[in-house]
Amino acid sequence: MSQTSTIKVVYKNIHLENSHTLAVAEAQGTYSTAAKVLAMSRQEVIDEVKKSGIRGRGGAGFPAGLKWSFIPQDDPRPKYLICNADEGEPGTCKDREILRHDPHLLIEGMIIAAYAVGAERGYIYIRGEFVREAERLQSAIDEAYQAGHLGDNIQGKGIRFELNVHRGAGAYVCGEETGLIESLEGKKGQPRLKPPFPANIGLWGCPTVINNVETLTSIPDILANGGEWYAGLGVAKSSGTKLFSISGHVNKPGVHEVELGIPLKTLLNDYAGGVRGGWENLKGVIPGGSSTPILTADICAEVTMDYDGLAKAGSMMGAGSVIVLDKSVCIVRAIARLSRFYRHESCGQCTPCREGTGWLAQTMERIESGRGTHQDIDLLLDVCVNIQGKTICALGDAAAMPVVGAIKAFRDEFVHHVEHGRCMVG
Amino acid sequence: MSELQQDQRSEKPRFSPEARQEIEGIYKRYPEAYRQSAVMPILHLAQREFGGWLSPEVLAYIAEYMDIPAMRVYEVATFYTMYNLKPVGKYHVQVCTNISCWLCGSDMVMGSLAEKLKVKGGETSEDGRFTLTEVECLGACVNAPMMQINDDYYEDLTPEKVAEAIDRLP
Repeated sequence: MSQTSTIKVVYKNIHLENSHTLAVAEAQGTYSTAAKVLAMSRQEVIDEVKKSGIRGRGGAGFPAGLKWSFIPQDDPRPKYLICNADEGEPGTCKDREILRHDPHLLIEGMIIAAYAVGAERGYIYIRGEFVREAERLQSAIDEAYQAGHLGDNIQGKGIRFELNVHRGAGAYVCGEETGLIESLEGKKGQPRLKPPFPANIGLWGCPTVINNVETLTSIPDILANGGEWYAGLGVAKSSGTKLFSISGHVNKPGVHEVELGIPLKTLLNDYAGGVRGGWENLKGVIPGGSSTPILTADICAEVTMDYDGLAKAGSMMGAGSVIVLDKSVCIVRAIARLSRFYRHESCGQCTPCREGTGWLAQTMERIESGRGTHQDIDLLLDVCVNIQGKTICALGDAAAMPVVGAIKAFRDEFVHHVEHGRCMVG
Repeated sequence: MSELQQDQRSEKPRFSPEARQEIEGIYKRYPEAYRQSAVMPILHLAQREFGGWLSPEVLAYIAEYMDIPAMRVYEVATFYTMYNLKPVGKYHVQVCTNISCWLCGSDMVMGSLAEKLKVKGGETSEDGRFTLTEVECLGACVNAPMMQINDDYYEDLTPEKVAEAIDRLP
């Protein structure tokens, strides 16, 4: 695998001027794959996506082809396709680039996905703050209708797919698929217990597939080049390319598409201009978004950016949202900031999360402000044990994992706060 | 006297004809049997129509307009942070202070704004032009620090860019 891959699947058009317009998109071949796919059988399309091995790019990493295959095809109920564009985890800002610069590629991916699962109606659930992105998306949808790529008779092939944009209104939990469905149904976005899974009981009680923006945007190239081609990119069990948003203390923050399996050090040095102050100034990296446990600098030097590599290192791929912290950062303060976020975003539905995120935020704040005790550090771990695996959705786990990870990797900083009443880093 | 004029006299909230037309378009996005799904876009629209916030009267009016129980509207309006249940300034300045923005200087952004607008986080300026709010992640992390003023993002901020953004507002 080339460490500085030039293969672009998701980002193949966005460098072009007016890449968001139909004229530019069509000139690059967008919608031509959908035209070919509509002549294939649904099963052939699903099989090709299965062969590609692509895993959901929203964070959970579930195989996309397998998810599509769960939709019962002999079921008389309508089927729905939802694009999850509710990007809201701190550190994560990759989908916004697609929404702004290549909405037609996303629409093409949705047409293919909808055909594969038999959905005649789809929604793009976009986070509410992305007002301009939603406008751009709507313009692209309008253009696609006019060109016959959407509607009652797509490209004259007698296939129907109607696509709409639905704006959220500022609730991180709506990025969880069942919270998203509740929200789309016009309710509080409180996640549902699973099972039943959305593939059986989803939007309005009907079979529903929910995929992330990046996942759906990868679909046209997978079908154009074949599943095996995509499976040949990246590394075993982590096929394909991935968008990584690199923020924090690097010289050139940005979003880059690379093959999975790239060493983190290469990603930071070759794509993000290196760590501010040089590699030796690195303290740690949160590799996949705020919910993923932090990696210490020595691990960062060795770890590869793929699902297994990050799991072995004690963290997770998440949405590929790399947050870089240099040695000026107080880890306790950084994690306290994240705990405040999770307390704010807990939907309040189940007790371990509602109460637990509050306990975490309060205890972190107490330690950070120099009022904590040694018992508070153990209390944090105890609260995390009582949250993890005990909540309706993964938000509770997301709140606990950064705390557990930080205490494991940087316990000395917590102890310093308790014993000296202030940060180790001044 | 037209119905619209009567309602203006009684100060009861009422959607403009343009808004009503827009609502008909919103309804078409969802199957007829699931009209409740339109409540979020209609709340967004109402907030825009009725001065940037949703009063109890507006929420009641939306419930009546949509023919759904008032509590269904109220529970949605109170769950999501983008629905303002109190008046906000003409310009709602929202500063992201979550981790990537914090690492890159959101303290500076809040400080610059507090000094320039003469308000603290959560306050509205005396002339009613500005409300300053500290918010959770706005999803522009690689362009940190950033802020949102009404519908627009301002990214890669420096003290100069913050001042310039405020000065350019009409």
